[in-house]
Amino acid sequence: MKKHYSIGNRAFDTVLYLLLIMLTLCCLYPIVHIVFASFSDPVRLVAHKGLLLGPLGFTLDGYKLIFKDNSLLVGYGNTILYVGLGTLVNMVMTIMGAFVLSRRDLYFKSHIMIVITITMFFGGGLIPWFLLMKDIGLYNNLWSMILPTALNTWNMIIMRTGFQAIPAELEEAATIDGASQAKILTNVILPLSKATLAVIFLYYLVGNWNSWFNAMVLLKDRDLFPLQLLLKEILVANDATATTIGSAGGVVINSAESSTAFRELVKYCAIVFSTVPILMVYPFLQKYFVKGVYVGSIKG
Amino acid sequence: MEIVRDNKETGSRLAVPPPPKKRLIIKKDFKKNWFAYMLAVPVIAWFIIFCYGPMWGVMIAFKDFKPLLGFAESDWVGLKHFIDFFEGPYFWRVVKNTLLLNVWGIAFGFTAPIILALILNEIRAGIFKKTVQTITYMPHFISLVVVCGMIHIFTADEGVITQLLQLFTGKDYTSLLGYSSFFRPIYTFSGIWQSIGWESIIYLAAMSSIDPSLYEAAEMDGIGRIKKMWHITLPQISPVIVILFIFAIGGLMASGYEKIILLYNPLTYDTADVIASYVYRRGLREASLSYSTAVGLISAIVNFALLWAANRVARRHSETSLW
Repeated sequence: MKKHYSIGNRAFDTVLYLLLIMLTLCCLYPIVHIVFASFSDPVRLVAHKGLLLGPLGFTLDGYKLIFKDNSLLVGYGNTILYVGLGTLVNMVMTIMGAFVLSRRDLYFKSHIMIVITITMFFGGGLIPWFLLMKDIGLYNNLWSMILPTALNTWNMIIMRTGFQAIPAELEEAATIDGASQAKILTNVILPLSKATLAVIFLYYLVGNWNSWFNAMVLLKDRDLFPLQLLLKEILVANDATATTIGSAGGVVINSAESSTAFRELVKYCAIVFSTVPILMVYPFLQKYFVKGVYVGSIKG
Repeated sequence: MEIVRDNKETGSRLAVPPPPKKRLIIKKDFKKNWFAYMLAVPVIAWFIIFCYGPMWGVMIAFKDFKPLLGFAESDWVGLKHFIDFFEGPYFWRVVKNTLLLNVWGIAFGFTAPIILALILNEIRAGIFKKTVQTITYMPHFISLVVVCGMIHIFTADEGVITQLLQLFTGKDYTSLLGYSSFFRPIYTFSGIWQSIGWESIIYLAAMSSIDPSLYEAAEMDGIGRIKKMWHITLPQISPVIVILFIFAIGGLMASGYEKIILLYNPLTYDTADVIASYVYRRGLREASLSYSTAVGLISAIVNFALLWAANRVARRHSETSLW
């Protein structure tokens, strides 16, 4: 259809484009600022006023400090372990649950569904949960980062929806050929659900990578801390009652250069160190995430 | 439910009279589906331990729980902790803050992605649109801790936002996170920054499935673009808006306390301390275990009531609802 563009129409378009450009700059600038600042000369940085349109001088001192002290590296290692093992457990549990819920002829399916649905509306709350974790030995060890978050009900239901979308005839045919239920799961359902599996995998991956609260509550030893919790101590030292304030930052900075300027510089470098790897891969994964939003919206 | 029943009847040849004994059906079902039941065991066990376990633990809200005595030995105190909370000095503060922070969130945070989707929907597909989308999705992938760290950096004494504010108001500000009057704007607008692009996806998806003939008919009638947005696009995506709105209301009392813990400090408790952060602080920092469990229980009940009410309103005023 041929469109007729009047002056009013063009003015309207211009306004929309300007709004979008402003929004995009607002979303981008803070990230760019952090990256520039992380390479800047710390003393000039502290004195600088206004926006940062490029690094002020060039130094890698902040990054050197981070690598010299190995607490952040240990944190990175812990995070990789928790994310790797945690996501594996997540996927296994979610596939098992989704498989059960997607069976069409299970006598107790509605009972199981009730058991699960109730937990989406009611919970015990933080304190009883914490006391229970302590009682069953999930305090201050590797498994306290894995088991309490082993399953996410939403993700399980999204995956069930994906499994249910597979035509029943395929399974029936496989059954007639003598395939067991285990075979049906591994040879029919899983290969046909790759897109859903990828989406859920990414959801868990990002969730595990970003998680810090459970670590703060359940972990005590510093050498078990994941990256995000160490970042929290370096970046967000606002809790007056926290006795551990800045001890991570402290270890990093307590060397000769313990000036405020370096303290600031380390913050920028820590952000870049922890975030840029993800922002680099993300554009390639974007389409899967976007697909995930669609998949998630179907269930509603 | 219906499908399950149907399949079960057609599936079992015994279903024709006389009706088989329930035990027989179950036995047959177990024989056929033993693999599925085997997989169900760890999943159900997880739900029982990690979701129902804490529910049982809620009874400490009615006790004076002492960790050394244990669950069973601690004394029952009835509603003492609930009354303490209602009569205590912080009741109104945390309730007010919880509600206001969420009113801000719904007024600005909930509408912003809808507006962005409306704008993006008017832009023709191309490199510009794609770039805008890729960049506005980006903050969604930054972890909450880092986002809050960035907020601390930009609102510090010499931070960029502090400087901009000084420029526009002519006043001399120190760290903005130290003013209780700034907490709600900082919390809300940083939330928009992080999620506006990402949350617009779902609305854009809904918009892309609107029947183009609606727009063509409107164009014949010479209706302007803003009017088309208002009278066609918005009503067409309203089911999606309603569902997400119910979720927003449902998560009202629980929402975002991780972020609050990362941003507040004693100077801003006045506006920043919400029920969930209060539970965390009293419970885990100050070890008032029973008291904070009681507060958490109240919050959970109110939350469920709100979700139920929102769903009821939605059901009455539109065809969309959760149940």
